[in-house]
Amino acid sequence: MKIFIYPPNSLILSDLVERFGHQPLALMNEVRKRVTDPSLDSPPMNMTPDDPKRGLKWAAIEVPSGVRGRMALMDPLIEHAEAAIIVEDAEYMFGCLGCARTNELLKYTIRKKGIPVLELQYPLNEDDAKNFVLYIKEFLDKLKPATTPSKEAVQ
Amino acid sequence: MATTEEDEVITKMVVISDSLLPAEVAISAYKITSDVTIKETCYGLMVTGKRREVDRMVAGLRYEHPHKIFVKERGYPPGDSRRCRADRGGGPRPGFHQLKYELDILPDISKGLVLVDRGSKPVPRPRQKNIDVDRFRQIIDTVTGREGDAQQ
Repeated sequence: MKIFIYPPNSLILSDLVERFGHQPLALMNEVRKRVTDPSLDSPPMNMTPDDPKRGLKWAAIEVPSGVRGRMALMDPLIEHAEAAIIVEDAEYMFGCLGCARTNELLKYTIRKKGIPVLELQYPLNEDDAKNFVLYIKEFLDKLKPATTPSKEAVQ
Repeated sequence: MATTEEDEVITKMVVISDSLLPAEVAISAYKITSDVTIKETCYGLMVTGKRREVDRMVAGLRYEHPHKIFVKERGYPPGDSRRCRADRGGGPRPGFHQLKYELDILPDISKGLVLVDRGSKPVPRPRQKNIDVDRFRQIIDTVTGREGDAQQ
């Protein structure tokens, strides 16, 4: 299944989802499609003036174009999500990932989508981290069985 | 001709959480496949190649070091002038601080993965409550030395 992860660029979530046999919907994949596109119209991220217009699908016209542009970037992630893991209070979400309001809107949109959502707190110590992994494993196991890499493929 | 998803060129970051060296992991990676480009970094490896080959290499590395490596995809190719420090005049590259923050907790996540292999179940833990308002006021008063003012 395709699992939306929040923070959308998290190494830990991306790894755990893939490790437990599902496909993480990570932001890096969308960024790659834009920055490696042969037609680079608007460097560095290739966000063109059309993107805030596409963001109107998720936010009203009076919402800042930065929010709409970011929502346009994450549109495929929201559209394809079949389940979601949302981790709150990640310290690095305050700062260079960008816009707190976009993050709020993103989480709201995912919660309203009616898909299974696991909500956790970012682990701050060893016991929390162990529980964090076990909760994610339990959640992903309850979802529809996914394809796990066969031993032949591994070897 | 349009490329299929398996043939598209992707980059993945292999992050080491334990006492392994990037060089050791790179040698293991080259044993699995030589059809990828591997760059050693301070945190592990950056692997570029066709998705099919990169995924095969990652699966092989996970088989060899099940709890010691963590993998995520990267948007920009290695050495891209929009991200590479060589072209940016120094300083950490964008995204480094996030990676560093997650690197610090990877050993604990590895311990969680060991528990997953043992078939453990999560133990619900009560969340730590916020400090009581009266106690908080008491602390402020003690520090500022204005015990009498707070009462008024």
